[in-house]
Order: sequence, then C-alpha cells, then structure tokens
Amino acid sequence: MEERPSTFLRIAAPLRGFVQRFTYLGLILAAFGLMLVGKVDTVLVDRARTHVTDAVAPILDAMSKPVTTFTRAVDNVRDLAGIRAENARLREENARLRDWQMAARQLDAENQAFQKLLNVVPESAVSHHTARVIADSGSGFSHSIVLNAGKSQGIRDGQAVLGNDGFVGRIVGVGSRASRVLLITDINSRIPVVIESTRVRAVMAGNNSGRPRLLHTLPSARITPGQRIVTSGHGGAFPAGLPVGIVAAVTDGGIEVQPYMRRERLEFVRTADFGLGGILESEDRADPAIGGK
Amino acid sequence: MRSEFFLRLDRWARNLTPFGLTLTLIVLGMLPVRIPDYASVAPVLAAISLYHWAVYRPHLLPFAAVFLLGVAQDMLSGAPVGLFALVFLTFYGAVVLQRRFLAGKSFLVYWFGFAIIWFLATLELWVLASAFHVTLLDMKAFLFQYLVTAGLFPFVAWIFLRWQQAFLQQA
Repeated sequence: MEERPSTFLRIAAPLRGFVQRFTYLGLILAAFGLMLVGKVDTVLVDRARTHVTDAVAPILDAMSKPVTTFTRAVDNVRDLAGIRAENARLREENARLRDWQMAARQLDAENQAFQKLLNVVPESAVSHHTARVIADSGSGFSHSIVLNAGKSQGIRDGQAVLGNDGFVGRIVGVGSRASRVLLITDINSRIPVVIESTRVRAVMAGNNSGRPRLLHTLPSARITPGQRIVTSGHGGAFPAGLPVGIVAAVTDGGIEVQPYMRRERLEFVRTADFGLGGILESEDRADPAIGGK
Repeated sequence: MRSEFFLRLDRWARNLTPFGLTLTLIVLGMLPVRIPDYASVAPVLAAISLYHWAVYRPHLLPFAAVFLLGVAQDMLSGAPVGLFALVFLTFYGAVVLQRRFLAGKSFLVYWFGFAIIWFLATLELWVLASAFHVTLLDMKAFLFQYLVTAGLFPFVAWIFLRWQQAFLQQA
C-alpha cells in the first residue's frame, strides 16, 4: 500500500513536465495555424474579429469617453491662449470664403442648367451616419479604427468613411453595435484615385506607414508634389471626387501621398452610403484580385 | 463554511489577477489617444505585464492563458490573427527560462532584461508581420514602438510590483 504514491509520483512528475512542454509546443503550432488560416480564409477571421470587437465595444465606448473629455479640455485651454490671433485669422478667412461662396453658387446654378440641358443621369442620393471612434489600435501591423455604430445604425460593409479633413477609409467588418474601418494607410487598402488637375488615374496603396503610395500610373504621366488627389469612382466602390490627399514626394522609390486624414484628429467620422453596390458584395470579399481584405 | 467560501473566492480572484490585469492593459492600449503620430508608436503594454508575471508568478499565468491574451490582442488591434499569440508565447517562454536570473535583482537589471528580450520579440514581430504580408514592412514604426514600450516599462512595472506586494504576498 505504501508503494503506491511513490510509484504514482515517479510516473506523474516527468509526465507533468512532458505535458507542459507538449502544451507549449502545441500552442505555438496553434498560433502558426491561426496565421495560416488568417492568410487563407480572410472572411472567417474577419467575422471572428467582428464578434470579438462587438463584445468589447461597450467597454471601449465607456472608456474612450474620458479620453475624449480630457483631450477636449486640453484643446480648450490651448484655444483660449490664441483666441485673439485666431479671431483675426478667421475674419480674414471668412472674407475670402464669401468670395468663394459666391463663385460656388454661380457655378452650381450654371452646372444645374447644363445638366438639365444634357439630361445627365443623376447621382444617387447619399445617406450619412455619424459615429464616434472608440478604438484606434495603433501599431505597425495594421491601421484600423473601431466605430460605436453597427448594423442597427445602418452601417454596411464597404461604405466610405469620411473625416473632417477628407476620405478616411472603408468599413470592413460590421457587428451589431460596432464596426471596423480599414484606414487608407493600411497595407490592405487599395483606393482607385485620380490626380485632380491632370485626371491621371492611379491606385493608392497603403503600406502601414503614414504615407501611402500611388501604383499603376502611366510612365508618361507628369506627377509633381502638391497636386491634389481625389477618389476616381472607378470600380464602383466609392463615388468620384472625395478628397484623399496631396502628392508629397516623387522619388525613384515611388510616389508618396500625404493624406488629408489626420489620424489623431479622428473623433467623429461620417459613414456615407452612396447606394453603390461596388466591389464589396459579400461573396466577392475574399477575392485577392480586387485587393479586398 | 462561510469563511471557507470567501477564502476560496479570494484565492480564485488572486489567481485571475495576472490574466485580468494583462487583458485590461490590452483593452487600454486600444483607446484612441489624440496625440499626433501616437498611433504608429503606441506601446505594447501587455508585454510588460507578461514579463512581470513570468518572472514573479508564472504558475498564475499558464501558457494557454498567454495564448488567449495574444489572440485577444490580435483580434482587437486588427493585426494578423496568431501574430501576437505567437510572439507573446515565445516572449513569455523566454522570460520564464530566465526568471531565476531576473527575480530579486536590482530594478535596473530587471528593466535591462525586459529591454533585451522584448527587443528580440519586436524583431520576431517584424519578421512574422513582413512574412504574412509578403513585403518588407517599415522597420521604423516597430523600432519606435519598441522604444516607447521599453521607456514606459519602469512606470508600469512599478505599479505591478506594488500591486503584487499589496495583494499577492502569499499567492
């Protein structure tokens, strides 16, 4: 009878070490496996991600509020310091903008008259939703943010997302109360764009840095720093003319774009449904040929 | 009977502390901080927590829990799923192997140990992420992220040491 526990221990102790080591190796392999699955089946991973984000969304929503309040308080103090200079600058700008407003009204009236003359097919109506940014997972691996609005608020996959300064990205995962936005700087982002002044077409590809690059430009196209870049509307994913950024540098390595979007300023964004079916019909989403994630 | 129940509840809460604190740091790391260029260098706070528990209480944070924490970080941050799970596991395993050397040493040695092992883990992150996207990712962002994480280490580690002294004396 006395032998029993010692025999048990003699077998159990090494076994325990073996099991621990085996668990460790097994988990490493599982992590590798997850990465492979993520590479092969993006839809499955996106769905899982959406569920997890959805579950954490209320916590993020609550916790991001104090951050917003705090930054607003800091901004207020900073604004107070420069309020006189700011006021003078705004008066000047206001005068300039009045001129522009007059020009815009004239052009709008002229444009409508021409459209009537030519029987132009009208663009579909836009419906906007405004949502708060509740998470920004900063890292060198992915550029995405999470919004506190989901399916029930009318957010759909593939919708364009606009910030105060310009085009921000598109919706890639919608949960019931939260959704994820793939920023234009993410390595998976491909946006058909056009240089506003010369109408040269290109695809703007993110690379997980702050400056995306222009791909597939014609070698003969003359692209110089400072030119404005807007969405081209090709592919039917986004409407034409949304402001994206300006050409920042033209080097041998490629054409760098400085987006108008300022990531740290993203507090509230608008998701815009332009009624375009686009490339993001759910069954096509995993097709790498169209650059979908 | 009643006191035994509370004792058990107490032990249970203690055992969950490392996991809970690390998960909290992961969620905290997702909050949108409105500092210019912060997003691209946001620190991986969870690494500091993993390091601490690997050195002082590895039995309270088994490998399976580390794996789950890694998956949580991947899911929430939008990184390729499995990336942080793999990096957290290797990082945690490496620290557990060195824990006898690191435990009870001066804070500077403790900090230095983190700086070295997390640097290797950052390299691993960069290699894996680049392999996943089949392109060489910009290394600058990873290096800055590393520097910010290593720089914040004393503050977070100090809180953890205090927490441990206060609540986990006999765990």
